[in-house]
Formats: sequence, C-alpha cells, structure tokens
Amino acid sequence: MSDEYDSNKTIYQAQSSETISGSSGTVSPDMDHVRPAEVSEQDLYHGHSFISKWVFCQDAKVIGVQYFLLATFTGIIGLILSWLMRLQLGYPELASFMTAEHYYQFVTMHGMIMVVYFLTALFLGGFGNFLIPLMVGARDMVFPYLNMISFWMFFIAVMVLMASFFVPGGPTGAGWTLYPPQAILEGTPGSGMGIILMLVSLVLFVAGFTMGGLNYLITVLQARTRGMTLMRMPLTVWGIFTATILAMLAFPALLVGGLMVVLDKLLGTSFFMPTMLKAGEILEYGGGSPILFQHLFWFFGHPEVYIVALPAFGIVSDLISVHSRKNIFGYRMMVWAIVGIGGLSFFVWAHHMYVSGMNPWFGFFFASTTLIIAVPTAMKVYNWILTLWRGNIRMNVVMLWCLGFILTFVNGGITGLFLGNVTVDVPLSDTYFVIAHFHMVMGIAPLMVIMGAVYHWFPLVAGRFLDEKLGKWHFWITFLGAYSIYFPMHYLGFIGVPRRYFEMYDSPYITSATGMNEFISMAAFLVGAAQLILIYNIIKTLKIGKRAPKNPWKANSLEWHTPTVPPEHGNWGDRLPVVHRWPYDFSVPGAKEDFIPQTTPPSEVVHTEVEKT
Amino acid sequence: MSDPKIEGYEFKSGFKGMAADAGSDQTMFKGVHWGKAMMWIFLLSDTFIFSCFLISYMKGRGSTPIDWPNPSKVFALEVGGVSVPLLLIAIMTFVLITSSGTMALAVKFGYERKRKLCGWLLLATALGGLTFVGMQAFEWSKLIHEGVRPWTNPFGAEQFGSFFFMITGFHGTHVSIGVIFLSIYAYKTFAGHYDTGKRGWFTSIKGDYVEIEILGLYWHFVDLVWVFIFAFFYLW
Repeated sequence: MSDEYDSNKTIYQAQSSETISGSSGTVSPDMDHVRPAEVSEQDLYHGHSFISKWVFCQDAKVIGVQYFLLATFTGIIGLILSWLMRLQLGYPELASFMTAEHYYQFVTMHGMIMVVYFLTALFLGGFGNFLIPLMVGARDMVFPYLNMISFWMFFIAVMVLMASFFVPGGPTGAGWTLYPPQAILEGTPGSGMGIILMLVSLVLFVAGFTMGGLNYLITVLQARTRGMTLMRMPLTVWGIFTATILAMLAFPALLVGGLMVVLDKLLGTSFFMPTMLKAGEILEYGGGSPILFQHLFWFFGHPEVYIVALPAFGIVSDLISVHSRKNIFGYRMMVWAIVGIGGLSFFVWAHHMYVSGMNPWFGFFFASTTLIIAVPTAMKVYNWILTLWRGNIRMNVVMLWCLGFILTFVNGGITGLFLGNVTVDVPLSDTYFVIAHFHMVMGIAPLMVIMGAVYHWFPLVAGRFLDEKLGKWHFWITFLGAYSIYFPMHYLGFIGVPRRYFEMYDSPYITSATGMNEFISMAAFLVGAAQLILIYNIIKTLKIGKRAPKNPWKANSLEWHTPTVPPEHGNWGDRLPVVHRWPYDFSVPGAKEDFIPQTTPPSEVVHTEVEKT
Repeated sequence: MSDPKIEGYEFKSGFKGMAADAGSDQTMFKGVHWGKAMMWIFLLSDTFIFSCFLISYMKGRGSTPIDWPNPSKVFALEVGGVSVPLLLIAIMTFVLITSSGTMALAVKFGYERKRKLCGWLLLATALGGLTFVGMQAFEWSKLIHEGVRPWTNPFGAEQFGSFFFMITGFHGTHVSIGVIFLSIYAYKTFAGHYDTGKRGWFTSIKGDYVEIEILGLYWHFVDLVWVFIFAFFYLW
C-alpha cells in the first residue's frame, strides 16, 4: 500500500479538472496580462481622532472586530442563561431561586440571543466585515459610512434587548418563536414591555443588518480587484455572500411579522388573534389567524438556519484546504451546492409546522423539499472528506475544530432526516430529540467553525499565534463535552421527554431521565467553563504570544498577502493586488513550494501543472 | 441604452453577454455605479417586505369570519350629493405617477448638467409626493371620522382597518422619506454640490449626479408599490 501511495500521489493531485499545460515551459509575453481597472480607486475617509479611528470607525476590519466582540458578549449572556436552565433541569433543588416564569424567559432569550444576536451577527457582521474586502482585494466596503451605522444599529438593538431584562415583568417568555396569541396575552411572562422590547430590538437588528448586508453584497459584486472573478473567490466569501442574500430576502418576513405583533399588542389590532375566551369572557380580539404568523416567522426562520450554516460551510472549506495542503475537492460543485442550498432553503419552511395544522399535501411537499436539501449538503460533506483524503494534514487546533465540525454536522444532519419526514416528526416534535438535532446542526457545528476560524485568523488580526496547547485543551473539552450534552438528549427525546418544560413532575420516564439530566447539566457547566480557556488564551496571546510571521499558514488567499500585518486601513498600501488564479493551488506538482498565492503570475509557474481557473 | 466603454473588455449581447459579465473580474454589472446596484438590491429586499404585507393582507381578508366591507362604498366621495367611487384615489394615483415623470426628467437633465432645471424638477417631484401624502392624510381622517380604527370597523371585518392603516401607512412613510430626500437633493442641486463634487455632510462621498438617479430608482419603486396597493385595496 505504501509503495503505491508515493507513485500515485501526483496523479491524485492534478486530476480533478483541466490543467494548464505548463510542461512546454515557454513564457509568452502576454501570459500575465490582466485587463486594466474598470473603476477608479476608492477614496476613503481616514479617521484622525480616537473616536473616529476606534469607535465610530469606517474601516471594515475594525467594524468586524466590533461586531465580533459585541456578538461574543451577547453569546456569553446566552451561555449563562443556558447554565441556569441546566441547573434547573439537572438540580432543581439548587435552583430554588428560579420560578417557571424565569425558566421560560431564559429559554426564550437563550434561543433568540444565540441564533440572531450571536451566530448571525458574528458570521456576517464579524467575519463578513473583516474578510470580504480583504479576500476580494478591495480597500474597504463600498459604503463605509453605512457600514459603520450598521454596527451601531446592532449595538442599539443589543442594548434594547438587554434592557428587556430590567423592565417590569422581565423579558418575554414566549419561546424564541414568539408565537401569538400567547406571546402577547397576560399569563405569559414578559407579555408587557418584554415582548415589545424584543420586537423593537429585532426590527432594529434587521434595519442595521440590511445596511451591512447591502455592503457585503455590493462589495462582492462590484468591487473585486483585477483578475478576481467570482469563480476565483475563496469559498468563505461565497458562503457569506449567499447567506447575505438569504438574509436580505428572509428578514423582511420577520420584520413584517414583528410589526404586526407589535400592532396587535399596542393598538389592539387582530392580525394574529382569533376570538378567545379568558376566564369565561370573550376578549376584544377576533378574526385573526395565528397560523399566518407561523408562516411569516418560519419563512424567515428556516433561511435563518442557512444564514448561520452557509458561512460556516464556506469558512470550513478554506480551513480544511489550507491545513491539508490540498485544493478543495470540487470547487465549482461546492459553489453551486452553497447557492443551491440557499435557493432551496426558501421552500422548506413549513417543516417546522407539521403539527400546527396544515393540509396533508403541504406536509408532503415540504417533506420532499426538505429531503432534497440533503443532496447538496451531502455533496459538501463528501467533498470535505475527499479534500482531506491523502492530504498533507497538519493536525493543529484549527484542523481539530474542522474535523469536529464535519463529525458534528453529519450527526446533526442525519437526525434532520428523522425530523424532515412528517410521520417520524409527529411523535418526536417538541421533545428533546429536536433540541439535540438543532443544537448539533446549527449550534455546535457552526460554533466549531467559529472556533477554528478564530485560531486560524487570529495571527492576521493580532499578529500573534494563539497557544496550541491551550487550544487543544479547549477543543477536546468542548468537543467531548458537547457530545456528552447532546447525545443523551436524543435518547431523552425517544422516551418522550418534552422540551420547554420547567420540571418533569411524576411522569413515567422520570426515573431514567433524572440521572441523565444531572449528567447533561454537569457536562454543560464544564463546556461553558471551558470557553474561559479561549478567553484566557486570547488575553495571554495579546501580551506574550508567539509573533506570527507574514502568511504563517502558507495560505494563498489575498488576506494573508497584505503589505503590512495586521493590515492597515485601506488594506493594500499603494497598489491593489492583481489576481491570477484561485486560492487553492496547494501542493501543485512541479512548484517550488507547496502553495502558489493568488497574486503569483503564470510566468513564474510555467513548469507546473496548475489548475486552470 | 448603449453599453459603456470599458478598456480591454468586449461586450457580448444577450444571455451570452450576461454570462460573460458574470464570469468576468472586478464587476458583475459592467459600468453600473455601486450605489445604483446597492439601491436595486435594497429595493429587492423592500419588495419582499411589501410582498409579505400584501400576502398577509390576502390571507387575513380571506379568513375573516365577518364580511369584508365593499371598497367602492367605503372609499367613495360625495360630490354635489352624488357618491363617486374611487375619486380621491384616482387623483392620488395620477399625482404620484406624474411625479414619477418629473423624477425621470430630473435625472435626464441632471446628467445633461442643466442644474436649475434639474433642481426645479426635483422640487416638483417632492411637491407631488407631498400632495399624495396630504391626500392620504385626508382619506385617513375621513375614514377615522366615519369610525374606522385599526381595532374596529363599522362597515364589516375589523381587519379591514388594521390592514388598511398599516399598509398605506407603511407606504406613506416610504413616500415621506422620499420627499425628505428629494428636498435635500434639490437643495444640493441648486447649491451646485453635484457639479463641484462637494463631499456629503455625513458620508464624505463626493457629490455626483448619479445620486439623483439612485433616488429616482427609489421613487419609481414607491410608485410601483402604490399600483399594487391600489389594485389590492381599492379594486379587489
């Protein structure tokens, strides 16, 4: 086997698509030609004071870091809320300070914070802002001022959200789906100011996100550097770009649904409110349709899953390619899979509503579309594995997170097949199986990519390497811990433990569920605490970390090839880079080194078998 | 419109041209100012907002237990003792569509550097928008006077009031924002900011007549949305 390996290795490297026949070795005078710039240089506003440089800053990189820090702050709040929930579920006798109302409020806020204010803001606002201009070779986003406003709208949205913890009645406890009528009727915790502040915060978030999203899209479409075609962009950019399109088309449904709930609450309209009895008396409301809200919400809610997942897909593709020193397997397939998943995600929303009461044919349709999404998703998983296959794998922390991601994503994806089928979903819906499924597939899996991306790009942001040893501790505790949390939950779901219940009472499954709940809670405390390792690692690295050289991972994409590290405002110094190839020319047969940066002209690599891109 | 001239790039026609543009470097929409592309994408997103509103309206109207009021009676005006259906709304629609015409002329004369004419046409557009909002306020006050509220409606289903005030209000907000920007841009045109390339107060971007075209895109969109609202509320 080992003999065969060496002799065949080059064949596996260059077989995947057409190569430029470079063996002739002739350098023709126009082979490096890239047509001249179409648009004039962007003229940037350079800040002069501390405030215009670091606070109200128009540099996309600083805005990216601001988004990252604020999203992480809200994420930590979400983590603490999950600890409190786990304390109640595992050790109710220790959580005597918590009432059922508190529990519902924590469930709601944990869900909304993690999905919208943490993952969405972090992937699109954080990584999007930092990486898009660098990776496509732009000096900044096309409209830096709007970009700055975008962050500060997000800031206000977070402050409004946090304010809801301190108003009378506390934050809303309606569940993150905020279904009316119960979300705005008395008896639901936070049905007064809480729900209003939540909806106002969401509207602000959508407005702020729209400003940023317009920037991401137009920067990718209209501000790439010379030679950077769409099919030469790193998959990170493709993922963030497609996710932004989804967000621009999905958030409107949330905005409209949210506005209508606010009107139902404040003006007493009955958009979503049917005729109801309360304590024997008919309420003022009547004639509305609660199902309408569910449709609006999930028309946003399902694309939202992919808004979080697609950037993760893109980023992990780049990390795997760089750290296994191989081109990404099936680049074009990966791009079309991202676009296909994005398109399909608008036609699956009602699989969240199988038990809401729908025409059975709808269930049939939405089950079919849901299962069709598995095709491009599975293609991506195969391509990641085939990228790793016979690669020159660096087993560093970044790679560990990537491998953890693939495993977790497959796991969560397979449970998705259970829930996508109507007949299997009906007994499993609203059990812990659902919790396990979506935490695996859109909680832990994207989080692993975020962690990998932090270890990967930290040298670019700060010029220093994060500590590998601490990183490995961080990874293994988080990885094993996350499985200890969510694996048992699948079982809890099968025996029928319902989700969102404050306590289990004297139900028949209580005996087998109690011990398991204690175990899950212990694991949850441990995993949460393990994140302190990362924070410690970052603080330590900023002070005494090992200095990173230029392009420390020997990557090809443009962000590592700026004249200064970390890149300054304007990114590229005097001259914009010129791109001659895709970012995946790793281990090219005949090349001097195992990577060829995107800026290397063809005349320098005539004797190699580079991919034609 | 003829294609812009781009050095080193050959335009092809039809779908092949679209594919070639998409596969090229630097820009996807050749010769299109980034601001224009950005406005188009924003309008696409805004289309989804109005679509969600109108689809919700259709669903709400289709499932109320009480009958929907008859629009040709509710929206009728009494002129000399005769009830004329859709009179006010016809005038409103006419005014708004006309303002789209003046907007298009403003864009044209802006690019031709006829500064004063462009400015007056922008003001005329703003006036058209203001007239529209004014007449909408009149219609709202008439309905409110007759007892229609977001939460109640003497003529039938209470959702009528809710959807009507919400959707026309949302559209009216769009028109009002447009009027504000039209006034600012008219000032900037008269002051010559677009000729001298004076930087914006907030954005510090150099002034250019393309900004008027971008605002024009928004204004035409607001008119187009009104056509749909008109059809769904007044003609259904």
